[in-house]
Amino acid sequence: MAAASTLAMYAFPRRLGAETAKLKVGVLLPRSGLQALIGQSCQRGADVAPELLRQRLGVDIELMNADTESNVDTARSRAERLIEQGAQVLVGAFDSGHTAAIAQVAEQRGVPHIVNIAAAPQITEQGYKFVFRNFPPAPEIGRNGLVLLGDIFREAKVAPKTAVFMHVNDTFGQAMAKGVAALLPKLSLPFKVVDTIPYDPAAKDLTVEVSRAKATNAELLLLVCRLNDAIVLRREMVKQRWSPMGVVSPGSPGLYEEQFSKGLGKYGDNCISNTVWFNPKNQITHDFAAAFKKRFPKDEFAFHGINASYTFDAVLIAADAFKRARSTDPKALAEAIRQTNIPATDRVSFGGPIKFNAKGQVDGNRSVVIQNLRGKPTVVLPAELAEGKLVFPMPKVS
Amino acid sequence: MPALPYVANAVISGTLTGIVYGLMALGLSAIFGVVRQVNFAHGELMTLAMYGAVGAFQGLALDPFLTMIAAAMVFGVFGYVLQRGFLNRFIHRPEHLRMLLMIALAIIIGNGLLLAFGPDARSVQTSYQLDSFELGPLLVDKVRVYAAIAAVVATALLAAFFRLTLTGKAIRACADNPIGARVAGLPVAHLYAVTFGLGAASVAVAGCAMVQLIDVTPGLGPGYTLLAFVIVIVGGLGSMVGALLGGLAIGVSEALAGLLITPSAKSMVSFGLLVVLLLVRPQGLMGPGRR
Repeated sequence: MAAASTLAMYAFPRRLGAETAKLKVGVLLPRSGLQALIGQSCQRGADVAPELLRQRLGVDIELMNADTESNVDTARSRAERLIEQGAQVLVGAFDSGHTAAIAQVAEQRGVPHIVNIAAAPQITEQGYKFVFRNFPPAPEIGRNGLVLLGDIFREAKVAPKTAVFMHVNDTFGQAMAKGVAALLPKLSLPFKVVDTIPYDPAAKDLTVEVSRAKATNAELLLLVCRLNDAIVLRREMVKQRWSPMGVVSPGSPGLYEEQFSKGLGKYGDNCISNTVWFNPKNQITHDFAAAFKKRFPKDEFAFHGINASYTFDAVLIAADAFKRARSTDPKALAEAIRQTNIPATDRVSFGGPIKFNAKGQVDGNRSVVIQNLRGKPTVVLPAELAEGKLVFPMPKVS
Repeated sequence: MPALPYVANAVISGTLTGIVYGLMALGLSAIFGVVRQVNFAHGELMTLAMYGAVGAFQGLALDPFLTMIAAAMVFGVFGYVLQRGFLNRFIHRPEHLRMLLMIALAIIIGNGLLLAFGPDARSVQTSYQLDSFELGPLLVDKVRVYAAIAAVVATALLAAFFRLTLTGKAIRACADNPIGARVAGLPVAHLYAVTFGLGAASVAVAGCAMVQLIDVTPGLGPGYTLLAFVIVIVGGLGSMVGALLGGLAIGVSEALAGLLITPSAKSMVSFGLLVVLLLVRPQGLMGPGRR
């Protein structure tokens, strides 16, 4: 019955009545400051949403955009202000710290908060009733990323015996490092980690770090990075002519981003990220990509893959709940969000159906193997989503 | 312990980077030595020069090593005008006011760059940027070698100017005894401005060298201002040779600490070096008395 009603809803969109004409969605993102690039990338996903969702669901959405300025206190105060100004749902806010602050405000004020991207596990571990997240927590991302390593070796029919693990030493990097250290022994992967090298994500020079990694003679570089350090590190690998079998991130940003490929040219190719992504096979993804291209003709959709897709899906969840609730009352909306059941084929991001568990967390968001091929992040595994063929081991640097 | 070639590579890389650091700190040292002005906008001036080099590369396809000459001249004039037209007015004000003035200048430059260029990192990509010289088991980064050569040449030219020209000698007289210089009729305001111009020119050359080693972002300045201070204090405030030695000491010690202890220990070692030196030789390696 529920499935039938969901199907009917997507198949026959109709407009809501005048009494609930418009849903005001407050979008909180770091559009300036340290995380501005990623915040702006997320914002693109939100910007495309109202028109596309009007066509698909027949609902009207008004975005109320707020800049968190890459600052926790600003995130909190902007959330307060958006609610004062009439926002009925909050979406955001990429950074886990900012998101946690916004979640507190949302819970106190009784306004639903749909997290677009933020991986800190505790966000959905607080017993909040108004906080919902369609993004995997960090341990799940790490586990999915490591499991996919085995798929890479099976597909390539070759496996490294040793690896060196390099990671940024910020909160995210250290959480991932702990996760990797705990999970690796349980996954029966064929390699042994011979050295772990933490480094400063703000480092301008990684000569020594790369020298040390190269000195281990490891066959694989397992890398948890961010963007700028990833560029510096890869450049240094080329200068020091260090060519391991592969450079693989088990679930961090950096390697699949536009600046990485543009800044490094051919040296950015063949690096691998096992990460959450969009589902290139879904019709809604094609529609979203087309709308994205129309709105931002200078931007390559693939480079905004995660950020735009997960932000769009967060607005989609709000719109879907609004349609079913037929109300802008925050409590009714929160209840409708709790009952969400968006089929896997009707979401842009890759994963199973969007259903929230008792904690407000969507389970079953999946990762894919992304490899930079000819300057573009390309899905190479799993086979059913592959857009290109895996290159592993990566060619040696000449 | 890593094999010897890796240690040798780290020492060479640290030495070359240290020489460029030395040139960057040289401007700070010269300005302080003569004008007694602590330039808190030093890192921001270097960042500005780096953006200039990126602009020249993207707009005119000019190699940053060629841009150095034009950048040195532009920054020399800019520094002269800034000191002559603006900073000289504050020369007799209390030190904390002058300090705040330079911090304000740093914030204006940093935010101006953010407004003009946005937050994303920018870089130049020359054809030889990722090349290395292969000397047996050693791999020496080509760009670092060129940058170090440029830094040595710039330092030599600056030293020759201070030693061999009349203006240079007058500046040194000013540094040794400003009141005496006034009594002797030296144009102190002009000499201060020339010194600031030379300091700005040397930081512009350092910026053009650095832009091939690191990407530039608007927020780069404060970190490099702090680094320049550490180098200058280690080398001895006001000493040109000291700035180069300080740069070398920081560059090599950071490289070795990163390789032999842990990369996270790099900054800890350079600041540790600073603390030890302040305890045993507060005037720095080549501070007053040994210049």
